[in-house]
Amino acid sequence: MSDRIEVQKTYKTYIDGTFLRTESGRYYKVYDGNGDIRANACQCSRKDVRDAVTAARSAFEGWSNRTAFNRGQILYRVAEMLETRKAQFAEELETVGYKAKDARSEVEASIDRLIYYAGWSDKYQQVFGSINPVASSHFNFSLPEPTGVVTIWAPEEQPLLGLVSVVAPVMVGGNTCVVLSSEKYPLSAISFAEVLHSSDVPAGAVNILTGFRKELLKHMTSHMDVNAFFYTDPDIDREQRKQIDEYGALNLKHIIRKSVDNWEDKESKSPYFITDFQEIKTTWHPVGF
Amino acid sequence: MADEQQTVDEAKQKEEPYKPSAPTSKLNFDGPWKYDEAPQSTGAVEIKDQYELFIGGTFREPEKGRYMTSINPATEEPLASIAEATQQDVVEAVRAARKAFEKRWSVLEASERGKYIFRLARMIQERSREFAIIESMDGGKPIRESRDVDIPLAAAHFFYYAGWADKLEYAFPGRKAEPLGVAGQIIPWNFPLLMLAWKVAPALATGNTVVLKPAETTSLTALKFAELCRDAGLPEGVVNIVTGAGQTGSLIVNHEDVDKIAFTGSTKVGKVIMESLAGTDKKYTLELGGKGPNIIFEDAPLDQAVEGMINAIFFNQGHVCCAGSRLLVQEGIADRVVRKLRDRMETLIVGDPLDKNTDIGAINSEQQYNKINEYLELGVQEGAELYQSSCDLPEKGYYCRPTLFTNVGQANRIVREEIFGPVLTIQTFRTADEGIEKANNTPYGLAGGVWTDKGSKIFKVGSKIRNGVVWANTYNQFDPTSPFGGYKESGKGREGGLHGLYPYVKLNPQ
Repeated sequence: MSDRIEVQKTYKTYIDGTFLRTESGRYYKVYDGNGDIRANACQCSRKDVRDAVTAARSAFEGWSNRTAFNRGQILYRVAEMLETRKAQFAEELETVGYKAKDARSEVEASIDRLIYYAGWSDKYQQVFGSINPVASSHFNFSLPEPTGVVTIWAPEEQPLLGLVSVVAPVMVGGNTCVVLSSEKYPLSAISFAEVLHSSDVPAGAVNILTGFRKELLKHMTSHMDVNAFFYTDPDIDREQRKQIDEYGALNLKHIIRKSVDNWEDKESKSPYFITDFQEIKTTWHPVGF
Repeated sequence: MADEQQTVDEAKQKEEPYKPSAPTSKLNFDGPWKYDEAPQSTGAVEIKDQYELFIGGTFREPEKGRYMTSINPATEEPLASIAEATQQDVVEAVRAARKAFEKRWSVLEASERGKYIFRLARMIQERSREFAIIESMDGGKPIRESRDVDIPLAAAHFFYYAGWADKLEYAFPGRKAEPLGVAGQIIPWNFPLLMLAWKVAPALATGNTVVLKPAETTSLTALKFAELCRDAGLPEGVVNIVTGAGQTGSLIVNHEDVDKIAFTGSTKVGKVIMESLAGTDKKYTLELGGKGPNIIFEDAPLDQAVEGMINAIFFNQGHVCCAGSRLLVQEGIADRVVRKLRDRMETLIVGDPLDKNTDIGAINSEQQYNKINEYLELGVQEGAELYQSSCDLPEKGYYCRPTLFTNVGQANRIVREEIFGPVLTIQTFRTADEGIEKANNTPYGLAGGVWTDKGSKIFKVGSKIRNGVVWANTYNQFDPTSPFGGYKESGKGREGGLHGLYPYVKLNPQ
């Protein structure tokens, strides 16, 4: 072993395709498995949420207009990038207390999850759309379209697999999003942003923040230019759920709550995670000469 | 526009009613030929003096003994007394629905469940004229609409969903559907029986039982439907009808043993409902307000578009959540479109809902009538130019002339807020992008129209406007197989079609 001093990474946020520290200048300490300080993560503020939502809204038009094939390609590219950095992500998970085997398993499952949703990109429309046999002289069809900007609380546990499992279905459906990483384990999320950044994901399509849920709950659920809020932790108490719904009611957001205990379960992935963030649009065309 | 304004002023000076000014395009209905009265007979219809609540398969008096009066808005005469359900009544209704769900409906063979629903569909058809007449008397809508649209569509809805009852395993890929339990349903006054059908048919088909509250001004057809349920031998408690005002609705929403809320009504009340349900596990669907854009391009078939516009905003007195209340017309044809619209408006017959020639009936209630008039005044105050057709209105009853506003801006309240009456605002645009941007510049997202002869443009514009329903070269079409529902603040979930099954089921792994 040499006595080389390790160069430590400054963990930032990922907003509009750039890595910034929080505008508030605040931080919170992240510890490794031994209780030593590992990083000063950003304690994001209301302003960060607003900046991220602005970025997501600006990116929505472009991202939702990508062809289904192209979105699938980009998700596949994200998986490729993650595969090449497998070791880095496993190591990072180990520093926060994962056993080597579990860390590896989580990274591999995350890669596979990205492939799973990449494959759905040009299929869910066929499975969940319809041509409707109306009783008049019209051609009538219904197709899913992305709902818009989605704010997300990534799962508190399984900081990489959980994050990938909530972001991929939202993204593949053409939505843009603002994700708050696991509060306790924010490092994988920011490293994952580096993967996104090198995978042709357009700036603003996915924005990743770190910070405190309690502080950001109101800002992520009450923002009037957000169309849906997504959370999955099984242990969110009723009082918090009530607050989320009440803030959501301000502009009738879709509040999607899916309680998932373990993201390696078979049932923790499905096309219904995609359709939860889709609106059905029905179009009528007259038929005639 | 300026020329036309002048013409209007001249016409006023001569104290003659306004005559459309374009001789080449004018439809002249002022010849010697007039429409004779063509009243629908009401002889075959029986309306009782008093209606009770339908709970657990029987009609029963409300606990507190309170009644509301249902008014015929065309005559301002009382039609019947309607029971007002209070706390105890709602509790009883939910209890009856729960019992029916557990003991009868959820254990019944799916195919048999379907047969009951088919039976209801047929019975609506058999008594369709009676339903149509009552709908027109109670709500003010022209008999032509209740006879040709509301009631047949209501029956069709029951037919469509009846067939789904024993085929649900094909509807949700990879999942097994289970009913939710008791559905609390609250419906509006603009399409009373049709909205009942939209709610009740999918709920029953998926195995749920129902507590439904019709709107306070239009309860009669729901109570007639209760008679059908009884006549059809539907197990008691599967459908319960509790009448009352907003308070009754709120009791349903907040009842602990209701598993699902389905609401159609205003965005304002929709938000209140979502707030009331905050923190609970109840599922809900909301079908709310709209401010539908209708975009007409220069290459549109103009006469067809004008006809579509008339249908979009004057259908059912404009009491339509998806009404095309904002006309966005490409600049080059704006004057012509406005002129043609005025000409066509002149020919609309406003009056007795029971007359078969009537195009526009009575405004549903005094409250709504006042609200529309407030918006008309507001529009003028905001600097818009108001134009109304010159037709005569009956002396009694709540009537509103077909109205359009020009010279309006995106910030005007008459452009931003849902008026829910026969009032159209007209804005112009130059490029397709501008038209789309104006169309989407609203918190609503229910429905919109696109008018152009160019196919590719239809698909481009159709995919860009953020609305749950897009009508291309047509407007206000409905069908039970076709999902309906809004983006953004126009609601959550879809009604109609396969997608209309989702709100009423729990999806479990197979």
